[in-house]
Amino acid sequence: MSTQERSRKKPLTRAMRSDGEPLGIKEYEMSGGYEGLGKALRDMSPHDVIEEVTASNLRGRGGAGFPTGMKWSAVPPDDGSAPHRYVISNSDEMEPGAFKDRILMEGNPHQLVEGLIIAGYATQSDRGYIFLRWAYGRSAQRLKRAIEEAYGAGYLGHNILNSGYSLDIYLHISAGRYICGEETALLNSIEGKRAIPRGRPPFPQVCGLWGRPAVVNNAETLSNVPHIIRNGADWYRALSLSADGGTKMYAVSGKVKNPGAWELPMGITMRELLYDHAGGIKEGLKLKGIIPGGASTDFLLEEHLDTAMDYDSVQKAGSRLGTGTMIILDDKTCPVGMVHNLERFFSRESCGWCTPCREGLPWVEKMLRAIENGQGHHEDIEILEEHTRLLRPGNTFCVHAPGAMEPLQSALKFFRADFEQHIEEGRCPYK
Amino acid sequence: MLSEDERMEILKELEGAEDAPSIAMEALRIVQGRRGYISDETLCDIAAFLNMTPHELDSLATFYSFIFRKPVGRHVIYVCDGVTCWVMGHESIFEHLKQRLGINWGETTEDGSFTLLPVSCIGACDHAPAIMIDSTLYGDLSKEKIDEILKEHR
Ligand SMILES: Cc1cc2nc3c(=O)[nH]c(=O)nc-3n(C[C@H](O)[C@H](O)[C@H](O)COP(=O)(O)O)c2cc1C
Ligand code: SF4
Repeated sequence: MSTQERSRKKPLTRAMRSDGEPLGIKEYEMSGGYEGLGKALRDMSPHDVIEEVTASNLRGRGGAGFPTGMKWSAVPPDDGSAPHRYVISNSDEMEPGAFKDRILMEGNPHQLVEGLIIAGYATQSDRGYIFLRWAYGRSAQRLKRAIEEAYGAGYLGHNILNSGYSLDIYLHISAGRYICGEETALLNSIEGKRAIPRGRPPFPQVCGLWGRPAVVNNAETLSNVPHIIRNGADWYRALSLSADGGTKMYAVSGKVKNPGAWELPMGITMRELLYDHAGGIKEGLKLKGIIPGGASTDFLLEEHLDTAMDYDSVQKAGSRLGTGTMIILDDKTCPVGMVHNLERFFSRESCGWCTPCREGLPWVEKMLRAIENGQGHHEDIEILEEHTRLLRPGNTFCVHAPGAMEPLQSALKFFRADFEQHIEEGRCPYK
Repeated sequence: MLSEDERMEILKELEGAEDAPSIAMEALRIVQGRRGYISDETLCDIAAFLNMTPHELDSLATFYSFIFRKPVGRHVIYVCDGVTCWVMGHESIFEHLKQRLGINWGETTEDGSFTLLPVSCIGACDHAPAIMIDSTLYGDLSKEKIDEILKEHR
């Protein structure tokens, strides 16, 4: 494969500069940027754009893997009844272990802006929001600049490229809470309410912002869209090693030789990711467990290393692809302490709306802390297991609490001996 | 009383906004940016200006993490306690900071320079352990590096 061919296979990152500076509008255009938008507005109807994205097998990169084309087709046609219709980039990225959207927004902010405009055209929206987390100051500066440049070049605002289509984009900076990333809580947050999830139906596509249609997509999902439109669905599907289309921003963190994030074909194996890209575990340590897709996914073990990192395969192995950002547990790090850290996060970030999550997560956190500090009791393990059942989907108002139970239930299964040893010895054997 | 500047900046946000509550967080941020935190009195002033009740506004101010309802130091140190930072030694970093500053979580140094707060994963996992001071990110931390960074901010 020539370098050119190979770099074509990394559409999201290939044009990024090596000095860490963002691509300006000229550089982005030179790399083919805004060609997809031009093509969509000139040659395609909104319906055509949705068909192309559906055919590409693009699945949402925010964690749930929902097919993007299907999400867009649920937006009702514009009959003029709503004064505004919205497209929103979920750039909240607060999943512990995830930093992929940050890399895309810092390195290639125009790509997200173009993706959002095309999504806006496809869903016939006239207003766009980028909902950005507070901690991403550098992304904020760069996106702000990109939006200004796009207005200057006629890609945003009134009558874009003389097509008759108009869109305004606003950058909304969140004041911080993990639950803001849940898409209906995000909508409440933009409306100026507490970020508490909403019941569904009605779905946001019908009744989203201020009762009007709104589509929420993850920042990585939207960054794929310009390339799908420019190069076609067939090309996009062929980038992948699996049934899900395209490439994926994967990442590895923890005690590995070379932590980082890489754009790779969807469906590479966990082994390849961990050893070829992250350089394997640090000298003197052994692999004990893997969280494959951010804090709210089940642990997997060394025996799962040949699993393909796509939505269906990871699910079959007993976990979820989630954000595709892997966290490594090594044999010198305490699994009980690690799960305690995760549950402290989930407990702190519970929005407090429903009782099982608001009361259950702090309880779980307290028991894990006691076990880690050598004050656990044998029956605690059973009580923890009971919580993983009590907080399952359907028992709580949103999937925050069920997500929190994923690493706990798998840790209790795979690392049970560690929990028991803590309780028996009355101390953490890793300290 | 809100200053003229604060009013102007909030009015600018109101232009084209759907309604006043939808910019309430912006308004809090604007005022906090000038005053460091939102006192009870300030909260009532902003609420009155936006035609909201103090309770409505306080329910937002207390929900979101980065609106401060108590005074903070000149610099706020956010220590990432996300899972990767924890695996990579967050606790020793935190212990060191605590010792150097002589304060615990949520406290402010006597000279008013620093407030120490835990923060959920800040998305710098490839450079863990990491902290933020105000809006600047510092990664790949060691005790020595922390001493240097603190010196810069004193
Ligand atoms: C507690 C919680 C937090 C979430 N945080 C994020 C987030 O930070 N970013 C994101 O894109 N999706 C997040 N999601 C998923 C969103 O609800 C939603 O599925 C996603 O933004 C849809 O975009 P996609 O279809 O492009 O994946 C979160 C979900 C839950 C339940
Ligand atoms: S599960 Fe937790 S985060 Fe979700 S609505 Fe209930 S309390 Fe809020």
